[in-house]
Order: sequence, then C-alpha cells, then structure tokens
Amino acid sequence: MREQSLRENLMKAVFLTSALISILTVALICLFLFANGIPAMGKIGFFRFLLGREWSPSDLPPAFGILPMMLGSLYVTAGSILIGVPIGIFTAVFLAKVCPKPLYRVLKPAVDLLAGIPSVVYGFFGLVTIVPMVRRMFGGNGSSILAASLLLGLMILPTIIGITESAIRAVPGELYDGAVALGASHERAVFRVLLPAAKSGILAAVVLGIGRAIGETMAVIMVAGNQARMPEGILKGVRTLTANIVLEMGYAAELHREALIATGVVLFVFILLINLLFSALRKEGRS
Amino acid sequence: MEKFRLSDVSLWYNDFKALKDITMDIAANEVTAFIGPSGCGKSTLLKSLNRMNDLVEGCRITGSIQLDGQDIYKDPNINGLRKRVGMVFQKPNPFPMSIYDNIAFGPRTHGVKSRLMLDDLVEKALRDAAVWEETKDRLKKSALSLSGGQQQRLCIARALAVEPQVLLMDEPTSALDPISTSKIEELVTQLKERYTIVIVTHNMQQATRISDKTAFFLLGELVEYGKTEQVFSLPRDKRCEDYITGRFG
Repeated sequence: MREQSLRENLMKAVFLTSALISILTVALICLFLFANGIPAMGKIGFFRFLLGREWSPSDLPPAFGILPMMLGSLYVTAGSILIGVPIGIFTAVFLAKVCPKPLYRVLKPAVDLLAGIPSVVYGFFGLVTIVPMVRRMFGGNGSSILAASLLLGLMILPTIIGITESAIRAVPGELYDGAVALGASHERAVFRVLLPAAKSGILAAVVLGIGRAIGETMAVIMVAGNQARMPEGILKGVRTLTANIVLEMGYAAELHREALIATGVVLFVFILLINLLFSALRKEGRS
Repeated sequence: MEKFRLSDVSLWYNDFKALKDITMDIAANEVTAFIGPSGCGKSTLLKSLNRMNDLVEGCRITGSIQLDGQDIYKDPNINGLRKRVGMVFQKPNPFPMSIYDNIAFGPRTHGVKSRLMLDDLVEKALRDAAVWEETKDRLKKSALSLSGGQQQRLCIARALAVEPQVLLMDEPTSALDPISTSKIEELVTQLKERYTIVIVTHNMQQATRISDKTAFFLLGELVEYGKTEQVFSLPRDKRCEDYITGRFG
C-alpha cells in the first residue's frame, strides 16, 4: 500500500517535470527574446525600428528600420496564402468527398510526405525550378516575391489539406444527406453545405498555414533574393524577417546583434497573434 | 389512386438481403405508415423511394418502383426525383446557416434566384410547416438556435419549399418531446390533403393516430398491409398481431 502510493507520487513528479520542461522552455524563450530585444528597440527608437524604411547596419551612423522586412514577410505570406489556400481546399474536398478509395490510399500518404520534406530541400527545388521559371516567364533574375510565394504556397499545402480534410470529414453526414435529399447535386451539397459547415476548421487551417509561411526561413532565403529594401513589386527580390536574422546573425555584434534579436521579437509577436487567432477559431468551431 | 407502385422489390447490402420481394401500392394523398421491429427493412424501403440508398456502398436493388407510372430506377435524373419526393430525417438536420437560407436552399438548388419569389416561398413553407410564427422575426438567425421540435418543423418546411409531391418521413418524432411530437402529427394530418406521405414509425399509437394505411414489415418481408383500423384491430397475420400487441419488438 505504502509502496504503491510512493510509486504513484514518483510518477506524478515525473509527469509534472516533463510538463514543466516544455512550459519552462516557452517561458525562457520569451524572457530571452524580450530581455535582449526590447532594450534595442529602446535604443534605436521604437517607431524608428518598426517603421524605419532603411536597414543598413554597417553604415555610419547605422540604420535599423525593419519595415522592409515586415512588408517582405507580409507580402510573401499573403502570396503563399493566395496560391496555397485554394489549391489546398480543393485538394481536401477531393480527398474527402470525391476520391475513389484505391486512389486515396496513394494520394493521402503522398500529401503527408510533403509535410516531411526538409525545408532546405524545398528551397533547393525552388532554386533550380521555380526561380528559373519565373525568370523565363517574367524576366528579371527570378529571385522574387513571386518565386517565394509559389514555393511557400507549395510548402503550406500539407497543413491546409490535412486540417481542411479533417474539418470536412467532421461535418455530420446527415447534413450531406439533407442537401442531397432536396435534389442538390453532389457538388452543390459539398460546396454549399459541407464547406460552410466546416468553415471554422478551414479558417484554422488557413491561420496555421500563415503561421507556417511566416516562420519559414531556409527555403525562402534560397529563392527570395534577400535585398533589405522596401519591396518594389512581385518580380523584385525581398527579404523576410526570418531571413534578416539568419543572414546577419553570424557576424553581427553589439547593437546590430540586439536589433536582430528585436526582429525576432517582432516575429514572435506575429506568431503569438496567429496562435491566439487559431485557438479562438478552434473554440468557435467546437461550440 | 396509387402514387407509388412497387413490384417484387428486393434489395441487398452486399450479400445481405434487406428487402424480400416487396409488392405494394402507396396511395396518393394518404398517410401510409411503415411499422416493424428494428432492422426489418422499413427505413431501407423508405429510402428506396427517393433513391437515397444509392449513396450506400454495396447496395443493389431489383424489381421496379414506379412513381406515377414511371420506373424511378430507370430515370437517370435522380435530383429531379428527389425534388418530387422530399424527405425528413430521424434527427433534425438543419444546415448551419440562417433559417431563411435553410428554406431557400432547395428552391435555389432548382434555379429560383428572384429575391421576391424566395421570400414568398420561404414564408409559405414556414407557414405550411407551422413554424412561421416562431421564426418570422428571426429569419436571419442561425437555424441551430431553434429548439429540437422547431428544428424538425424547419426541416419539414425545407422539404416543402421545393414543392414536392411526396413527403417521406423517417421516424420524424423519435428525437422529440411529446409536445413537439403532437405538433408534428397534427401537421402531418393537415399536409396529406396536398401531399402523399409515407412515414416510418416505431410508435404504434402514432401510426393509429395519423395513418390511413399501415404496412408491417418483418425481416425484410411485407407481412401485412391494409387500412390502419383493420391492421390494428383485426390483423390477419399472427406475427403482426404479436408485434402490435407488444409481444415482441
């Protein structure tokens, strides 16, 4: 009896520690980011940092404005959503409601495989196919917002497809039957009844896709051109927040280094907002 | 006059024979009740009348089902059939959209676009289903905000809005409280003037209250079929008598 309760308490402690480790990690990341990043924002000037249009850390005096990178992340993410979401939703509809079973057994693992490919491999793929394609079709050197959007649009597909498919499958079959019994075609029942019913799940998929796109680094660096200047058009190169950190962290020191960490803070806040939005949507979907 | 004419209808789910050589006529402007223990095939037969069984994998049907003299399984226009033969399900299944959009879904499906016409159809359907008074001030509200009984009448209204000739009801009151149930029974009695109604029910009293004819099924066979008073007072078949007097089922 005593031995048993001892063992139970011991296991409780093990579980608690495991849980604390992950929570602690998040807390420490927060602490580290804010402790290192916020002072830099103060030194540079909060608005000059966020809204500054020039990023030239090695000039005298240096300029640390991250607006170009914020816009860069925004444009590239928006572009990827524009490309990835429609394709993803249609694919999910196909998988959930149209696809014959034998084909599903091949397609579903293929989609899942997309999620497992390392991002540097995507980047390499983008570099040797998408960038030359953009160059041939539209001129310029190819490394551009468009190339990054196309590549990220592909990369977020598994996220969008997976969540949308399960959202569609979660809609009760009675709704489909109800629509069909009114004389609606299969397509009408799916697009006018099932998709609206799965709305919050689909929105959650989009939000998660945004999170994935905005946080992506390696693949974007390889195709986006990475010029730290205000975006000038979808065929011009652009630098994202993530790219900014990775490209310069290796040699940055002092205020420059702190400014990069502050860039991380901004990225972190973006992701935080997106996660809040995601859980709000999930909650709405459940009620 | 008969609306449906079924001859030698048999139905298989893969190897399982769920309906065995059913031959019967279903009269227009009457309420026909299908009764029998669970798994006797009554719902299956109901779903054959608007070809909802087509959605079930491995389902095969032989024999013929005629609607106004036309074999419904020979006509490729299934959506047209389902427009003529409406259906109300066991569990209320309103779409997660506004009350108005729920009712307008059917007419829109069949090409009605004019706002005025839709407004008219929605009001008429809701009135016919005796749910207008409760919903007229909240047509833009979600249909899910209604109570279970109101939702079921909404579903009846939704079926009526496409102006069907037949209404199939699959245990429409089994998920409802007694007050909602009596409202729906009253409604059925009113609706039969204009529609042919086929209703599956587990509730013997319900069958006697609202139906003109009753069909008793057992293990996929049509055991007894006739006027409701006759079936309940003087059943010809021993098994039917045992069932309605509550000896099994």
